[in-house]
This record gives sequence, structure tokens and C-alpha cells, in this order.
Amino acid sequence: MQGPSLATGAIPTRDWMDIPVVFKEGNYAYVAKKDKVEYLNSQSGLNFPNAREWSPEDDDWKLPENWKEIILSGLKERLEKFRSLKIFMDCCVRCGACADKCHFFLGTGDPKNMPVLRAELLRSVYRNDFTLGGKILGKMAGAREMTVGVLKEWFMYSYQCTECRRCSVFCPYGIDTAEVTMMIRELLHLVGIGINWILEPVSNSNRTGNHMGLQPHTFKDNVDFLADDVENLTGIKINHTFNRKGAEILFITPSADVFAEPGLYTAMGYLLLFEAIGLDYTWSTYASEGGNFGLFTSNETMKKLNAKMYAEAKRLGVKYIIGGECGHMWRVVHQYMDTMNGPADFLEMPVSPITGTAFKNAASTKMVHISEFTADLIKHGKLKFDKSRNSHVKATFHDSCNPARAMGLLDEPRYILDHVVDWVEMPENTIREQTFCCGSGTGLNTDEIMELRMRAGLPRANAVKYVHEKKGVNMLSCVCAIDRATLTSLMNYWNPEVGVCGVSELVGNALVVEGETRGELDEGLRTMV
Amino acid sequence: MKYVFSFLAVIGLIAIAGLGSLIPGMQSVFGVALPYLAILVFAGGFIYKVIDWAKSPVPFPIQTSCGQAVSLDFIKQNRLECPHTTPEVVARMILEIFTFRSLFRNTKTQIYNGPKITYESSKWLWGFALLFHYSFLVIVLRHMRLFLDPVPAWVNWLDFGDGIFQIGAPNVYVTDATILIALGYLFGRRIWSRHVRYITLMNDVFPLVLIFGIACTGILMRYFLRTDIDIITIKRLAIGLVTFSPVIATKIGAIFFIHLFLVCSLLIYFPFSKLMHLGGVFLSPTRNMKNNSRAVRHINPWNDPEIKPHSYAGYEDEFREFMVEAGIPVEKELPAEKG
Repeated sequence: MQGPSLATGAIPTRDWMDIPVVFKEGNYAYVAKKDKVEYLNSQSGLNFPNAREWSPEDDDWKLPENWKEIILSGLKERLEKFRSLKIFMDCCVRCGACADKCHFFLGTGDPKNMPVLRAELLRSVYRNDFTLGGKILGKMAGAREMTVGVLKEWFMYSYQCTECRRCSVFCPYGIDTAEVTMMIRELLHLVGIGINWILEPVSNSNRTGNHMGLQPHTFKDNVDFLADDVENLTGIKINHTFNRKGAEILFITPSADVFAEPGLYTAMGYLLLFEAIGLDYTWSTYASEGGNFGLFTSNETMKKLNAKMYAEAKRLGVKYIIGGECGHMWRVVHQYMDTMNGPADFLEMPVSPITGTAFKNAASTKMVHISEFTADLIKHGKLKFDKSRNSHVKATFHDSCNPARAMGLLDEPRYILDHVVDWVEMPENTIREQTFCCGSGTGLNTDEIMELRMRAGLPRANAVKYVHEKKGVNMLSCVCAIDRATLTSLMNYWNPEVGVCGVSELVGNALVVEGETRGELDEGLRTMV
Repeated sequence: MKYVFSFLAVIGLIAIAGLGSLIPGMQSVFGVALPYLAILVFAGGFIYKVIDWAKSPVPFPIQTSCGQAVSLDFIKQNRLECPHTTPEVVARMILEIFTFRSLFRNTKTQIYNGPKITYESSKWLWGFALLFHYSFLVIVLRHMRLFLDPVPAWVNWLDFGDGIFQIGAPNVYVTDATILIALGYLFGRRIWSRHVRYITLMNDVFPLVLIFGIACTGILMRYFLRTDIDIITIKRLAIGLVTFSPVIATKIGAIFFIHLFLVCSLLIYFPFSKLMHLGGVFLSPTRNMKNNSRAVRHINPWNDPEIKPHSYAGYEDEFREFMVEAGIPVEKELPAEKG
């Protein structure tokens, strides 16, 4: 038997403040390329200074001369702008309840990955420069001076946190490490420290509308290709449109759904579902990304990228927006969009054109989650399913962090699954609000840190393994595009017999559509023809 | 070191009060001046801190949803864990503040070979934390009998309840035992739990030792060191403090001044320390906000209207040719081909 801190060995004997970070190939994500940072810095409303060639392994990070002043004044500014930051800096009692709740701590055993200690990395500096006790008592009161070493530590550990908020569920004061990590990452960007896997998608999203950097014609080609696949499989001709003015609904989903397996099948599910109910909707190539890598960068960047959704809805004159399956996109839509870019008074309260249901919970944002929309269709008997079409699947359901803990979307996907597939829950401490992150969220799904990702994903993978062995589960379903990418790697490593899919793929598999000429599809929408 | 220093600090405080109060004339310093100063620092510091927190806005609705949100009619909302209305938030906060609901969720995670990870409910911290806080609360409240004259009935009832076992004379209070037990646990886990020990700062140990000192001196004074501890004299002083006419009529034992001095130290230390979680728990945005952020717009006072998306016009300008060729509608047609 091992305690949680034994995943990689014993807890260090030296005080954590005395242990410097060491960067080596594999334990850090590659830093942002100079041209990406320069491009972002040239965009109005954004601030990405100090573009340069550098590596975390270098001693000299080529920081601006007054870097310390920038960091401290940046911290001061954020304390004044975010009550959450002040409260979270002041109130922690270090009870340790959060420690073994973090997938990064469980997977790596590194004590600085305990949420409490991750926050202490910033809190110690806060104490030193912003509290009386810290100024007088110094290290004795847990304060320490801001140094380059501390800055390096921030970089290491703010990119070993996926802002999943599981710790905040268990904290007696609701301290949310995601807030702390977001602040640290914002501060790091002020002196030119950021990772490429985030900033390149950010600049792609800004320029081409989606994080994959797909230009409009390519984006259209990809969706057309999926529509052809659906037609080949089911005989149903898909009538989808792009950038169409006057459509009733704008549909926005993460671009990964139209670009990479297994998200492709989820997108095919959307196409078939919308066709089956004759929805008057359009895709957009300009707002072709649901995901928002700005959330992992800074609130300004998040706002700038998110603003495309309303801008495009307004330009096209739609009534409201339906959003596809995505985790962090829905955190942004649910908790930030209306505040940042609303009020969307040019849109209408979302009403399902098929059932007449008004989505009052989205009365102000005017944006409905595909699972809410689908569950409502099912409830009103507007969809016909043949569950046996999913007989090759024994599913379980992964609650993505953000829909679970930053939205409360738990039972809608479950209601859908009940109608389309045979499925079981994973153990109770690993689902719903206690769900474990895929281990690669917030822009950490990059290959150079694969070991870290596999470690951080261990708690999730282990719960899947349990239902795989006990209940014969062979499919991990989810409502998140990052999950579809990252859980696939995670399953390949830990549970190679378990696949990953979106809930809408299972919907598409089981959907009985009038006029279909569908043969036996052994693998549903994945069947090769 | 953080453990040793904490004890040394409290022993130092005890020595200051024990010896200091023996110096003629100093009794009024320890019995009158310091308590006033302590109350001033405590109240002033507490209010300052809360106002300082409140001065920073809450720019975004960052509630942590710990259950099903308001959704379609047939999906049952978890009203306590995912509140949509103010009364639901109040209910969530009451449970959080009075029953430590989040801590109640605590689990212990273990990794076995395999690897295999297990989770089991772990209520120890929750139980002892509750025991500590409620013992402390009852003790503070029953001290009101010293400050109020006549003693209100509820204080007498509390006193009676706390001494319900009627062991010994004077009656042994239940909370005197429970606070020591709870302190013992809270202190002990900072030593035996490896990861808690690793995160522990002196800021965590010192208040525990200080409160332990307060409890011990109080117990000693009540049950053991009763020389020159005359409850009438002490009450006269306490009432005098409350009515701003303090008198120290006769000699009071040093143990009283030590007890009082430690309490004053705690009050002065309070606003500058993690003990401010008492105030902060009410203001934590992840707990005290409604999860209705798609139904009602939350306002950010510093929202910057100048941050605009990369414009559609700019996008179309860059890709118009491709769009036209792919049959995607455009706002501006391509310029006519030049012959």
C-alpha cells in the first residue's frame, strides 16, 4: 500500500522553498515561437511582450530588465481586479484537504502539485510584498522574495495544473486553484513566458477562426467530407450551409470535431441529428472554433477570441446559438461570455423550433448546449432510436471538468445515453462533480510532455480500467473535444481496449431517420465503407 | 523548527504576562490597557481586511457547481450544490459555514501496486474541525457571563448544558475537554500526516499552540490554580472594561493575567493571519454566487469594451478569394478580373 505521495518516491526532506526546479526535456511544454508571440502582440487589445528565442533549460530566460517590477505591479493590479485572488491568498489554512484530490499530485507525487502548495508558490510572494506579517516576519511567516527561481517554479507548476477545479469542490473555503493558475499564467505572459501549444492555437483562432488554423475553404471541405460519409453510411443527404445569413441558428463546435478522429464521428452525429429534425442552421467559418485557448492565457485573450461568437451571430442575423460538445468552451460560454461580450440583445431567447421548449436557463447568453437541445428532443419523442445499433458499444461516461464543475451539466448527457446505448457509471468518487480530469486540459495536450500527461490522467484511466474489467466497458463517452483527443492517448496507454467517443456520435449511431437506406453498420458511424 | 518556535513564542508570551503582571502598577496595563488595545486591533483589523476584500470587484461569475444545474423541466436541479437563486445560495452558505459541508465530502486517496487507486470517505478532519470550532464558540459565549450583568438566561443555559455531567466542583465543562482533544488532533495531523507536515508553516502551528495555551491557562485557573482567583473581582474588571470604567480592586493571580494576555495576543494576531478565514468564508466567490450566469448577465466593472474580435471584414479580406472559390457567401465580391 502506498500513500498518494508515493507515486514517484518519498516526500523531500528539504523544505519546498529550498528545492529549485530543474527543466529537462520531457518535463516542460515547448515555449511559444517568437513569430506567434509577435503576431499576438500586434493585435489590438492584446499584450504579449518580449518575443524571443529561448528555452526553459537555459539559465538565462532573457527576461526584461525590470521583470520583477512588472510581476509585482501585475500582481498588485490583479489583486485589485479580482476579489477571488485576495480571498484565496488570505484564507487558506493549509488543512490539506485538497492535496490528494489533484490528479497531478496523484500521478506525479510531486508535493508542489498539491493544490495548496501550488497556490503557496504565489502566496509566499504575496505575503512578502503585500501583507504586514510577511513584511515583518519574512520566511518565518511563509514569505519569500520574488526571484528568477520563483518565476521558473511558477512556470513549471502553473503548467502542471489543468484548471479542472476538483480541489475547489473539496476546499472548505472554496479556494479554486484554477483562479490561482490563471493569475500566474497571466503574470508570466507579462514577461514573455508562455507555451507554444497554447499561443499558436490562440493566434490561429484569432486569424483563421479556429485553433487548427483551417482556412475557410479547408474548414468547409472537411465538413463536406463528413457529410458525404454520413450519406454513404445512411443514405441520408446532409444539407448543411456555411456563413448563411438568415439561418435561424448558428452552430459552433470545437474545430477538432471536423478535423481529427474520433471527434469526426461526433461531428457526423451532429450533421445527422440536425438533418433528421430539419433544423434551419448554419456553420460559420469565421467563428469556427468553440474552444477558447484564451481561457488558458489571459482574460483579455479569452474575451477577444470569444467575441467572435456574438459578432458572427449578429452578422448572420440568427436567433440564437447552439454549441457543440466541448469542456472549457462551455466554461467560457457559461461563466464569461455574457459578462465579457454581452449583452446579446440582438438575439432571442432560445426556443427549440422542434419542441417549442424555451431554454430559460440560457435566457441571457442565448446559447444552448447540444446535450440540452438533444435531451429535450428525446423527452418530446421527436427522435427515434434503435439502441441495438449501438450493440457493439458498452459505454461509460466521463464528466468533463468544466461542464461538471463550472456549469453543472451532469444529467443531460446521461439522459441521452439512457436512450441510445447500454452504459454504466464509473466509481462514484470519480464522476459528476468529483470527476477526474483527462490530465491534458488547458493546453497541455502536447506530445513533448507525454509522460506527465499519462501520469496526470492516471486517476481517470484507473476508474475506466475498473469498469472495463468489471463491466466490460469498451467505450469512454464524453462531451468534450479536448477529451476526445487526450483520452484517446490516455486509453491507448492505460486501457488499450477502450475507445473514446462523443455522446453525439452515439446519438448518430442509434438514430433512425426517415428515408434512410442503412445497412448493418458494425461500428456505427465509424464503419468503413 | 516551526513547531519549536511556535511553542517558544507562546512560552515567551506566558513569561511576559506572568512576570510582567507581578510588577506593581503593571496590572492595569495587562488588565486594562492591553485588552482595549487588543479589541481595537482585532475589530479595526478585521473590518479593514473585509473592506479591503470588498474593494476588489468580482469580475466573473466563477461559482463551483457541485451538482446538477437548473436545466430542462425533467432534469432535477441540485438546489444546495448548484444554487440558481439567492435563497438557494443562502442555504448553501449556511450549510458551508455551520456544518463545513465541503470538508464533509473529504475522501482519502490511496495508490496500490498495479497501479490501483482507491477513494474512501474520510471524515476525521471534518469531525475534529467541527468539534474545535463549536467548542471554541461555546467557550467564547459562556464567557459572556463575565461581561454581562445580569447574566442573560441563554448564557446560563449554555453554562448549564456545558457542565451537564456535573463532575467535580466546580463543574467540569465538556468543551474544556473537547477543545483540547480537537486541538490535539489538529496539531497531531500536522506531524503524523506526511503531506500535511510538508505544507505546514509556522502560521499554522502558532495559532494552534496559542489557543492551546489559552485553553490550558483557563482550565488551570478554573480547576487548579485558584489562589487569588476571585470570580467577583474578575467579573468586576470585565464589566468595568465593557462599561469603560475598569477597576482592579484587589490582587488577582498571575494565571489570570497570563490567560488574558494570551487572549489579547490571539485577538491582535487574528486580522493578520489565516484566522481571517472566519471572514473570508462568507465572501468566497466559488461558493456564494448563483449558478445562473447564462440566464442573468453578471457585470464586470472593469470590462474593457475596446477589446474587439479580429473583425469579420479583416478575415474576409484575407480569405475572400478562397471563400468565393469554395462557394462560401461573402460580403464583398472579388474585384472584376482585369483583362
